[in-house]
Amino acid sequence: MPELPSITPELQIECEQPQPVVATHATKIESRHLDFFYGDNQALFDVSLAVPERSVTALIGPSGCGKSTFLRTLNRMNDIIEGTRHAGEVLLEGRDVYGKKVDVVALRKRVGMVFQKSTPFPKSIYENVAYGPRIHGVKDRKKLDEIVEKSLHRAALWKEVSHRLKDSAMALSGGQQQRLCIARALATDPEVLLMDEPASALDPASTARIEELIFELKEKYTIVIVTHNMQQASRVSDYTAFFYEGKLIERGGTEELFRTPEKQQTQDYITGRFG
Amino acid sequence: MSKLDHSSPSDLFQSGKKETRLFAYLCAAATWSSAAILVILLSAVAFKSWGWFDWQFLTSYDSRRPEKAGVFAGLIGTFWMISFTILFSVPIGVGAAIYLEEYAKDNWLSRLIRVNLSNLAGVPSIVYGILGVTLFVRMFGVFGEGGHLDSFIGWKVEELNFWGISISLPLGEVVLAGAMTMTLLVLPVIIIASQEALRGVPPSIRHASLALGASKWQTIRHQVLPAAIPGIMTGVILSISRAIGETAPLICLGIAAYVPFAPGGIDSPSALIEHPEGMLQAPFDYFTVIPIQIYNWALDHREAYKGLAAAGIAVLLLMLLFLNGIAITIRNYSNRHIRW
Repeated sequence: MPELPSITPELQIECEQPQPVVATHATKIESRHLDFFYGDNQALFDVSLAVPERSVTALIGPSGCGKSTFLRTLNRMNDIIEGTRHAGEVLLEGRDVYGKKVDVVALRKRVGMVFQKSTPFPKSIYENVAYGPRIHGVKDRKKLDEIVEKSLHRAALWKEVSHRLKDSAMALSGGQQQRLCIARALATDPEVLLMDEPASALDPASTARIEELIFELKEKYTIVIVTHNMQQASRVSDYTAFFYEGKLIERGGTEELFRTPEKQQTQDYITGRFG
Repeated sequence: MSKLDHSSPSDLFQSGKKETRLFAYLCAAATWSSAAILVILLSAVAFKSWGWFDWQFLTSYDSRRPEKAGVFAGLIGTFWMISFTILFSVPIGVGAAIYLEEYAKDNWLSRLIRVNLSNLAGVPSIVYGILGVTLFVRMFGVFGEGGHLDSFIGWKVEELNFWGISISLPLGEVVLAGAMTMTLLVLPVIIIASQEALRGVPPSIRHASLALGASKWQTIRHQVLPAAIPGIMTGVILSISRAIGETAPLICLGIAAYVPFAPGGIDSPSALIEHPEGMLQAPFDYFTVIPIQIYNWALDHREAYKGLAAAGIAVLLLMLLFLNGIAITIRNYSNRHIRW
C-alpha cells in the first residue's frame, strides 16, 4: 500500500505570522534516525530531516559537519566509497532508498545531483546533456534534440550555446560549465535535485545566475543544497538545516532560523563566531 | 634597514648563479651527446644501406645471391605476427587493466598482482622466449611421435585438419606461436600503460556519470574508456613497436631466417582473391621476421651482406618511426581535446 505523503510536523513551526508556504508542502524525501559510517568513523548521528517538495532546503554547517555526507545518502552516492555503512532510513516518497529491492540506477534517475566542481564530460555540449536520456534508453534523435533543448532552456544556458551544441563542453566558462551540469542533471527528468556547493568555485556574477536558476527550478523540483555561504543560504532557500559534528542541530524555515535560532551553536555559527 | 643593506637583491641570486649555469651546461651536454650518437648511428645505417635499400629489396625473398636477396618474407611475417599480437594483447591487456582499476577490491591479492606486473614488465625478453618454446612451440611435449600421449596411450597426434587447414601439433615455429610469445612479452607493459591511462581519468567524471543513473558498466563504456583511449593507444603502440624489434625471444623459439614463401601463400592482393582460405592457414604457417633476417645477414662475413643488414635496419627503423609518429599524433590530439 503506497503511503500517503505526510505533512512534516517539524516544519509547521511556531511562528507568529502564519506561513502557509510551510504548511502546504508535503514531504518529498526524508531521513529517519540516520547514522552513517566511513569504516569506524561515524559521520552522521541519528539524523532525522524531512525535505518538503518543490522547495529549496539548504544544509549549512562548518567543514566536516556531515552535510555533504548527508546529501550523498539521499541518492546513495556514498555507496561508491568502500567500507561505508548506515543505519536508519532514507525515505523517498515513503519508500526506503536503501531497501533491498531498490535499483540504485532508477533512484539516481529520480534524485539527480550537481557537484561542487563542474564536471563536464570531455564531449560536445549536446552529448553532455543527451548522455542521461541515452543511457536510460531514449534513442529517437528528435526526442533527444527536444530534451536537450528543454534542459538547456531550464538551466538558462540555451541562448549562449544554441548555435554551438557540437562544440566541446570543455571550451565553456566555469559558470557555463556548471549550468551545463545542471542541464545534464535535469535531462533525466529528476524529481529531486541535490546540489553540493554548486557555486563555491564561481565568480559573483555566475553565482548570481546559479542562484536565480535555483529559485526558478523550485517551481518544478525539490532542491537540497549544501552551502558554506550564509548569504546564499538565506537568499535561495525556504528551509535551512544546521549540521554540527555529524548531528542535525536545528532546522526550520530559513527566515526564522537566521533571525531567531533556538540553539546557541546555531546562533554562534550564523553570526560567524566559529566555522 | 641595516639588515637589508648588506644583502641587496642581486646578492641573493649571485651565490647560486655559477652552479645553475654549470648544471645547465651538463644537462645540455647529456642531451647533445645522445643526439649525436643517434645521428652517427643513423648516418652509418644510411651509408651502408646505400644501393641496397630499393624496391627490389622490399619485394624479394631472401636469396643466396645478395643482389637478389630481399626482406619481403620478414615484412609479411612481421605483419602477421604483430597483427595477431595486437589481436591477443589489446583485449586481454585493456580488460585486465579495467578489472584492476575499476573493479578489483584493494586486498593482498590485487596488490600482489599489481606489484608483479611491474616485475613482469622488467623480465628479460629471452625468458619469454624460453616460455614460448615450452608452451607454444613444443606444447610440453604432449603431442607428436614420442610425446606423452604417444608413450602413455599410444596416440600419435601430429596434425589436425579443419576444412583443408592443417594445424601441426605441437604448433612448431609458426606465426601463432610467435604472436602468443610476443603477447606474453607486451602484456605487462600494455596493462600498466592502460592502468595509468584509466587512473588519469578523474574520479569526478565517474561520479558525475553514476549520479546521472548510469550503471558502472555504462560509466566505464561511455565515459572512462573513451577518455582513456588516447593513453591506452599510446601505450599499445609503444609496446608493439618494441615487439617489432624483438629478436632474442624469436631466436629462442627457433624462427627460421630463410623462408622462401609468405604465410598461407598470400604474397599479393591477387593471391588473396584467388585463395582466401590462405588467411586461415597463415597463422599455422612458418614465417620469419625482419630482425631475424637482419641478425642472419649480420652474421655473414661477406661485405655484401653488411649492406643487406643495414638496409633491413633501415626498413625496421622506418616502421618504428611511423608507429611512434602515430603515438605522438594521438598524444597531441588528446592534449588539445581533453582537458580536465
